[in-house]
Amino acid sequence: MALLQLQEPGMSTAPHEHRLAVGIDLGTTNSLVASVRNGIAVCLNDAEGRAMLPSVVHYPRGGAALVGRAAQAHQVDDPRNTLVSVKRFMGRGIHDVTHIESMPYDFLDTEGMLRFRTVNGVKSPVEVSAEILKALRERAEASLGGPLVGAVITVPAYFDDAQRQATKDAARLAGLNVLRLLNEPTAAAVAYGLENASEGVYAIYDLGGGTFDISILKLSRGVFEVMSTNGDASLGGDDFDHRVFCWILDQSGVAPVSDSDARRLEGLARRAKELLSIEEEAPIRGTLSTGDEIDLTLTRETFVDITRTLVNKTLAPVRKALRDADLSVDEVKGVVMVGGATRMLHLQQAVGEFFGQSPLTNLDPDKVVALGAAMQANVLAGNRTADEDWLLLDVIPLSLGLETMGGLVEKIVPRNSTIPIAKAQEFTTFKDGQTAMAIHVVQGERELVSACRSLARFELRGIPPMTAGAARIRVSFQVDADGLLAVTAREMSAGVEAQVVVKPSYGLADDEIAEMLKSGFEHASDDAKARAVRELQVEGERMLEAVQQALKADGALLDDEERARIDAAMAALRTAVAGDDAKALRQALDGLGRETDGFAARRMDKSIRSALAGHKINELKV
Amino acid sequence: MDLQQDYFALFGLPQTFDIDREQLEQAYRDCQAQVHPDRHAHRNDAEKRVSMQWATHVNEAYRTLRKPLLRARYLLSLRGVDAGIETNTAMAPAFLMEQMEWREGVEEAREGGDVSDLEHMRQRLDLHERELRQALSGQLGDTAADGEAAADTVRRLMFIEKLQIEIDDALEALED
Repeated sequence: MALLQLQEPGMSTAPHEHRLAVGIDLGTTNSLVASVRNGIAVCLNDAEGRAMLPSVVHYPRGGAALVGRAAQAHQVDDPRNTLVSVKRFMGRGIHDVTHIESMPYDFLDTEGMLRFRTVNGVKSPVEVSAEILKALRERAEASLGGPLVGAVITVPAYFDDAQRQATKDAARLAGLNVLRLLNEPTAAAVAYGLENASEGVYAIYDLGGGTFDISILKLSRGVFEVMSTNGDASLGGDDFDHRVFCWILDQSGVAPVSDSDARRLEGLARRAKELLSIEEEAPIRGTLSTGDEIDLTLTRETFVDITRTLVNKTLAPVRKALRDADLSVDEVKGVVMVGGATRMLHLQQAVGEFFGQSPLTNLDPDKVVALGAAMQANVLAGNRTADEDWLLLDVIPLSLGLETMGGLVEKIVPRNSTIPIAKAQEFTTFKDGQTAMAIHVVQGERELVSACRSLARFELRGIPPMTAGAARIRVSFQVDADGLLAVTAREMSAGVEAQVVVKPSYGLADDEIAEMLKSGFEHASDDAKARAVRELQVEGERMLEAVQQALKADGALLDDEERARIDAAMAALRTAVAGDDAKALRQALDGLGRETDGFAARRMDKSIRSALAGHKINELKV
Repeated sequence: MDLQQDYFALFGLPQTFDIDREQLEQAYRDCQAQVHPDRHAHRNDAEKRVSMQWATHVNEAYRTLRKPLLRARYLLSLRGVDAGIETNTAMAPAFLMEQMEWREGVEEAREGGDVSDLEHMRQRLDLHERELRQALSGQLGDTAADGEAAADTVRRLMFIEKLQIEIDDALEALED
């Protein structure tokens, strides 16, 4: 909600007031929430003292969703309604997912993102992820003792726009204010870099449950500059489990198995993999529902053998990232291992051989991402202190472009560009009298549209009829600090404009989210409603106070008409604050927000200009 | 928002081709420290938008000045010289002939899967690029600047960059 802030850029809101903010690592297999307490980032544990929440959601018939271990308990007895590794489906259509035939779900092949049919209704991956995030939000609020100002949610660096947008939607649906989407390796670099006061070039090798990222960062005097990133958004520890699973089937000759037995065997496979990080061999024993007995021994040697191709598959992105950063292996000062899957010894060995140095494994690979996210959340919420003066400069992982004639891609924003970034390109009509133009936004590195991810299609209409090649259509891309894209198209002579925030093809439509949030509010108890009204009143009072102060300081930036409109909106909000009508309050808040938008932007611009000018004066003195 | 200030002035640097990379890097970081959206995450949407626009501008300025070819093109545009990227194809015939030979060489090596040949060509191009860049520092210096000669060098550098990209793509394709 709009609120004019008063302090100069870079200052925290109120030094005495600690704003509650968390970092959330929304993982394929496990999720964590962390926060900075008394200056130290810590993971927030559940009632049993465990930090990791299994990313599993179970939908029982007619009841509320179960999350975490309670849901995990149903993996084997009700696989169809127990969703695991849902991160693999975020922003994905049914044809994007590998091994889909062996998954025990009832998929719905809808346009854009796929859905699951459960006994509790059709669910999108966004809704399932929102259940996990909600459980973490509730854990954090109970643990920190109040509502959260916001959260930093981590995403794999190699996530494309659709996957990022889906993650942000899930967070909103879970009632979280997203301060930033942060790339997982960057979060890890923050935690590692600050802990060790590192300087120089570092590679962050992050193999999670279902995703692989490699980021090359330059750490220098409190600036974390991502030089390049690469990865594979569908390669992770799960795939190693799957290799062991296939090996078990092959060795025991029990295929094909039921969904329940498949889940049982996957569990055995995972435990064997984990054990092999400590032991030379792992026993695999269990009984299937058919009565078949499994009794095998997996040696480390065999495990290395059956997963060698997976290990090698991570090294190609590493090479590409180094090339994009224009660096050679020996310029890398350290390699930080992140993600539970990096516990595998042969993986550590392969990475060590590639870089010619032992990788750094002194941080808990499961927690480092959440801890880094918590540190960043603390800073973004305005709790920054003098010694927390760091800055993250991140990049976009995949090129963005437009479809042109012949199904080819015209790249507009190249991969590894530092964000935020804006680019524009002009196109023209190819037929006489053409009045509309189809804009197809894609993401990826290939030259053919069909080999890239389609992000959105929209149409620019109302182009004045001209001869072919005479119209000038300017298409602008803006990628924000979350790595999310907005596209605008404009016909330059007539000024016809079409705009799209890229989400329709793979995200949930905005009204879908609004509907889900609204139905949540309608089912809330009277107590909760009264609390919501009180919160709106407080926000209204704060906003009135803030605008008052802003007018006093910078009223000169406004002309009489603008001033009169703001005054009227303030009067309306004062009336609403005196009442207890939630809808009227929200409208009045939005109204004042709208009227002060331009004012706030002008004040901000003024303040940034004076800050930039100030730093130059300082420089001259030196 | 008026972002007309030139990139050199934004970073407090003199308007020449030769720049102090360290100084540019430091000025870039100092600017982002003021304008970056992470510094303004707790503000309202209108303010965050302004911060994003400024950060975008600073990133674009840095990208332009950091890369020699972009920096040279930008300097030409500031000095009102048309580099003739789209229109002027009047390159010396000998140069164009040389380019064709290069292109054929890359094509051959790509088809033959000859990695060492490609790498060798890349090194020769890099050397050539360095020579042209040295020429630019005089042509686009503070004094005795020669816009027309600089424009010609810029066009040559663009051909070379295209070849470098082709070689890199070929190397990457052979690796996969």
